[in-house]
Amino acid sequence: MSRIDRRFAALKAAGRTGLIPFVTAGDPSLEHMVTLMHALVDAGADLIELGVPFSDPMADGPVIQHASERAIARGVGLADVLAWVATFRQRDADTPIVLMGYLNPIEIHGYARFAQEAVQAGVDGVLLVDCPLEESAVLQQLRDVGLQQILLAAPTTEPSRMAQLCGSAEGFLYYVSFAGTTGAAHLSTGDIAARVADVRARAKAPVAVGFGIRDAASAKSIAGFADAVVIGSALVERLAGAMDADDMTARARAFLTPIRAALDAH
Amino acid sequence: MSTIVDYNAYPDAHGRFGNYGGSYVAETLMAPLAELTEAYLRLRDDPAFIAELDRDLKHYVGRPSPIYHAERLSQHVGGARILFKREDLNHTGAHKINNTVGQALVARNMGKTRIIAETGAGQHGVASATVAARLGLKCVVYMGAVDIERQKINVYRMKLLGAEVVPVTSGSKTLKDALNEAMRDWVTNVADTFYIIGTVAGPHPYPLMVRDFNAIVGREARAQMLEEYGRLPDVLTACVGGGSNAIGLFHAFLNDADVRIVGAEAAGLGLATGHHAASLAAGRPGVLHGNRTYVLCDDNGQITETHSISAGLDYPGVGPEHAFLKDAGRADYVGVTDDEAMEAFHLLARTEGILAALESSHAVAQAIKLARELPKDGIVLCNLSGRGDKDVHTIAAREGVEV
Repeated sequence: MSRIDRRFAALKAAGRTGLIPFVTAGDPSLEHMVTLMHALVDAGADLIELGVPFSDPMADGPVIQHASERAIARGVGLADVLAWVATFRQRDADTPIVLMGYLNPIEIHGYARFAQEAVQAGVDGVLLVDCPLEESAVLQQLRDVGLQQILLAAPTTEPSRMAQLCGSAEGFLYYVSFAGTTGAAHLSTGDIAARVADVRARAKAPVAVGFGIRDAASAKSIAGFADAVVIGSALVERLAGAMDADDMTARARAFLTPIRAALDAH
Repeated sequence: MSTIVDYNAYPDAHGRFGNYGGSYVAETLMAPLAELTEAYLRLRDDPAFIAELDRDLKHYVGRPSPIYHAERLSQHVGGARILFKREDLNHTGAHKINNTVGQALVARNMGKTRIIAETGAGQHGVASATVAARLGLKCVVYMGAVDIERQKINVYRMKLLGAEVVPVTSGSKTLKDALNEAMRDWVTNVADTFYIIGTVAGPHPYPLMVRDFNAIVGREARAQMLEEYGRLPDVLTACVGGGSNAIGLFHAFLNDADVRIVGAEAAGLGLATGHHAASLAAGRPGVLHGNRTYVLCDDNGQITETHSISAGLDYPGVGPEHAFLKDAGRADYVGVTDDEAMEAFHLLARTEGILAALESSHAVAQAIKLARELPKDGIVLCNLSGRGDKDVHTIAAREGVEV
């Protein structure tokens, strides 16, 4: 059983909805990245999505685009991201980490090399926005070493394809709540409740819902029908410009604590 | 040399040209791409669609475009005969209209009411705004803020045609960022929006569809060569940014093993300086904008900023079919610098009375080099993909002239 599987099994046993914060690796700072990751866990994160910055983030809205640009300007590369995960693992052996991003940085790093280094660092899975199921043969070397490929499903996904995604899902299935980029604000929970319930009934893995969830209220509205919620842009926005480790930790706590409480009150 | 016998067999059903191409996009776009692929594959064999496209190409675009023997230029160079396929004579002044006329008809057939496009030099934006106006479709064009500055005339042309031009200020503020922004728009508005990609890049079926719509250039040229010269050319050349005019010329000749093919990429200030846009000559395989192809990026996989005097070639990727042709050894891709392109621009203007687009001037420079290598009875066929009116301000500024 993978670390991600164990975590979702524990959540299910406890009757809790998972909280998955997304942060861009290298933003708002390089030196306090690992401190930030621990702070997320302390504030209630069940799994961390760590964004690998990419110069051309086609599926991301302005908030995450700018976070990526800032991280790249600071010189962040895949090697840094893996080093942060390795350091994080020295103190936290249980919280799963999924690297989220785009294919080119891994392609250039080399699939075999990345697979080996990522497992060694303690990465559990990858969510590659521009690598749909049809192209995922390139990730075989990642699967061979036990890295799970987190697949996405969207409102536009056709029924036959949805069945395929549900059957191939591992770790968790990431349901994109609306057609758009990350951080856009037109979440309509009524529309998606039925769709997510259907996907959840069929998927081989738990279902996390992301895109458009920005606070306790929107998280709570999702909690009724998802195994976990993903919060990215709103958190990245809150963290941007944090001056030091204490400031960053305080912001993460202030942001996530009410969301955690709302999920647990559900 | 290549062992491939039939280049018409590519791409395969997944849009792959050997190791290149494919559909590397967000899940949200998989369904609209499947819908587009289905519609396009149906329409490309539909006699009524073909007849309508042919009519538009003849009466609206002004096809066929002639092949022109540049005698004074050839004499000046002192080598083989240089022939130009005159895509600069098309309506809107470049080959781009071949593709937008076709995609607009596909859009209308699919019931889409809104057109979006990205543009670098502005030629594709103008060509998209043009067909949108003609079919009464709403049109939004994404354009890098840097490109808006250096292509003011085309920006104004798009506005005159009723399009909305949206400046893109992320990243390097050029073509690649405009493409990202158009993709984001499409992801958000997939229900009513048709994305007219302007080059043979992007996810399947775009490299196939854009190539098909531009392949008329090579089909005409091949027939014109046989009819007017009784033979095929020794060598073809065209400029390569994304590569749509080049694949348009090359495609009909790919199975003619004796016809050499050379693509001219933008070497900018020189390949050795790092300030260029030569993805094939100086890049490596990677994944960008929905397809696997050659890209310019650093060791962290970050796409690097490119440089070219011509906005239309200023792109860090290239169509996957070109990547395939390079690896197969069927085509060579070489760099032409800003200076070489400018020199060719002036030489063509003075010897033939033709102002070529800065993009096309790269091909002209390459044609001159190739002509020098061949005997006098040899033939170099060069795609003169666009006219240079849009570049007059850029050239004047470069040469310190106030217009």
